Amino acid sequence: MKSIEAKVVVLGSQGVGKTSVVIRYVGGMFSKAVSPTIGASFFTYKMTLNNYRIKLQVWDTAGQERFRSMAPMYYRKANAAMLIYDLTSADSFYDIKDWVGELKKNVDTPIVMCLVGNKCDMSDCREVTSIDAEEYASTIGALNHETSALKNTEAYSVTRVLLVTRVAITEFAILLAPP
Amino acid sequence: MAERKKEADHLPTSESDQDDFIEPDPPVVTNQAVADTFVNIDYEDLVNPDYDSHPSGYIHEIVRQGSHDDDDEPRVAVSSVSDVSTGEESSEDHTEISTKEISQALDEVSKLQHPEVSLEDEEEIDEVDTQEWRQRKKHVFILSQAGKPVYTRFGNEDKLVTVMGVMSALVSFVQDSKDLVRFMVAGDHKFVFLVREHLILVCVSHGAESSQQILLHLSYVYNQILSVLTFSTLHRIFKQRRNYDLRRLLTGAEKFLDNLLNMMDTEPGMLLGAVRCLPLDSQVRDNIAQTIVQNAKVKDLVFALILANNQLVTLVRMKKYFLHPMDLHLIINLVNASESFKAAESWTPICLPKFDSSGFLQAHISYLDDRCETCLLLLSVDRESFFILSECRNKIKERLVKYNALKAISDSLMKTSYSIQQCGISDLRHFLYKSRHMAQFTSPELEAPYLSETEQERLCGLYFYLHHRIHTSARPLKILYTVGPHETLLGWVTQSFELYAVFGPLVTKVAAIQAINKLLRWVKREEDRLFIPNHVTF
Repeated sequence: MKSIEAKVVVLGSQGVGKTSVVIRYVGGMFSKAVSPTIGASFFTYKMTLNNYRIKLQVWDTAGQERFRSMAPMYYRKANAAMLIYDLTSADSFYDIKDWVGELKKNVDTPIVMCLVGNKCDMSDCREVTSIDAEEYASTIGALNHETSALKNTEAYSVTRVLLVTRVAITEFAILLAPP
Repeated sequence: MAERKKEADHLPTSESDQDDFIEPDPPVVTNQAVADTFVNIDYEDLVNPDYDSHPSGYIHEIVRQGSHDDDDEPRVAVSSVSDVSTGEESSEDHTEISTKEISQALDEVSKLQHPEVSLEDEEEIDEVDTQEWRQRKKHVFILSQAGKPVYTRFGNEDKLVTVMGVMSALVSFVQDSKDLVRFMVAGDHKFVFLVREHLILVCVSHGAESSQQILLHLSYVYNQILSVLTFSTLHRIFKQRRNYDLRRLLTGAEKFLDNLLNMMDTEPGMLLGAVRCLPLDSQVRDNIAQTIVQNAKVKDLVFALILANNQLVTLVRMKKYFLHPMDLHLIINLVNASESFKAAESWTPICLPKFDSSGFLQAHISYLDDRCETCLLLLSVDRESFFILSECRNKIKERLVKYNALKAISDSLMKTSYSIQQCGISDLRHFLYKSRHMAQFTSPELEAPYLSETEQERLCGLYFYLHHRIHTSARPLKILYTVGPHETLLGWVTQSFELYAVFGPLVTKVAAIQAINKLLRWVKREEDRLFIPNHVTF
């Protein structure tokens, strides 16, 4: 069994649920008391896949404007970027474009991008359609997922949510793993 | 409302040297000018928490005050008296500012003070128009030099555009005459201004603090903003755009300001400029410090410290550098106000204004125990050293677990601090003892009668009063014995310590002095446990 280490950076506007999504797949739970991240938090996540032992080092960044200038520190060496938006907020979706532009400009090494629409349990207040997201993801060559770090309907039961986020992260791993 | 007595009547005051204080001088508050400055901090107000906030008159004064911390700056030399309720202007002869402008300004400002003032627009009742908002004990407003709202402690900044505009008008009006507005006293409210290069900080308070103490609080608030942004950033932004909305950059940092202000209301540490140490066996503390020194030998690591429940457990510093208590309070505030450090190891920029206001240090912040009580901070100037520090942190944690040091910390936290009874002095209810050269202080647990929130607030007010009386720059005192209706206070300041003690009401001066001598011996005995005499260096 071979082992791989990969660095993942989580980017997105404030309040979209970056930390909640990270905690969901690292800890497998949802905490209501997640408070805004200060600076950046560091998580590690281990998994085995296709005979590879994969260790993900996840930088969960703060979305607040004042920490924006620190982002290069985290994405510069990243193998993958999780771009999280809140699908009930069109603005947070537009902000992703800034992030993508910044990544394209500043990162020379290949980086896997994954677009994640969070809070899909609140589809009533939806401002970003699946089609828009899918279309945008394909133009930038990113993976596309929708998820809910919270589960408040049956359709988004814990297992399902876990599955969706895991799928997203697994796809990272597959792309990162050498053939 | 009861007539205010001249405080000299019921507050016997004595001042003498520490050695011959058994035979004190007769009361010395005879100087009318000095007595006048205290009228607004009448002792009666402190002992009666339900003190009616109804103003005693409609006279607003911009008082000349001869007692400030910073002597390099010009002072308000203007005194204006105007009847705000009718907008009439008084024609006091020595008034320079008795124009319509300032009268209108005071009118606006008086909204803060007169709950009965009629609402101009009845349809839109905002929070800022409610009685509740007006009666808040201590308002803090921050605005840019251009008058743009940056922060308010209560309510919404957007609703306060007018009030803040008036504040900035007041400041620039006085500035026009090459002067600086320091504070105004209006009824029982104090309006204290701290004018910095890009920001104006205003506190409106009818609490127990003196104007100088409020000024100190405001400079804490200002430093908290620098801690989030650095002075360089602040300077650059306002240089580029004078009317920049700073709230954009402060999003998420409001809670630090809120938390800081709440801490200042109840924690004496900031008033004293000293931190509280977690009571710990000195051997255990040495062990912890040595563990850090041995396992965190990293280039560019400036400070390493462990905090537990807002108390300092240990601090290791680079040889050349010292951590100012003000900076340490900001670090404590950062940890105290954020839950997010409990989730994972964090890497965050923090500016320590007293250390260097132009740049950030990078802080590796993590809790060492599962209960998230013991927090380790490693502050470095190297932005890229996260992983190295993370490794150090794991080693430190491992060793501390092995030496049972983490357990010692949590045991000490469980036991809370210590009871006043342990000092073995009857009639001593509470005290604050600050070691001046260590910039650390200690105080016992709050016990009856200071269990309810109002009583604690009152006790805090007593300390504010005592501290003010002793440190007022117009007339600094060395020792002060004062009898109030509910307790007797004794304050004593020497080169090496400051002591503020609260006794029952019937304690005589001689008994109180004997008691504090006994207390000083007790503190001396416990010193190793309650204080950190020397901070270890890398």
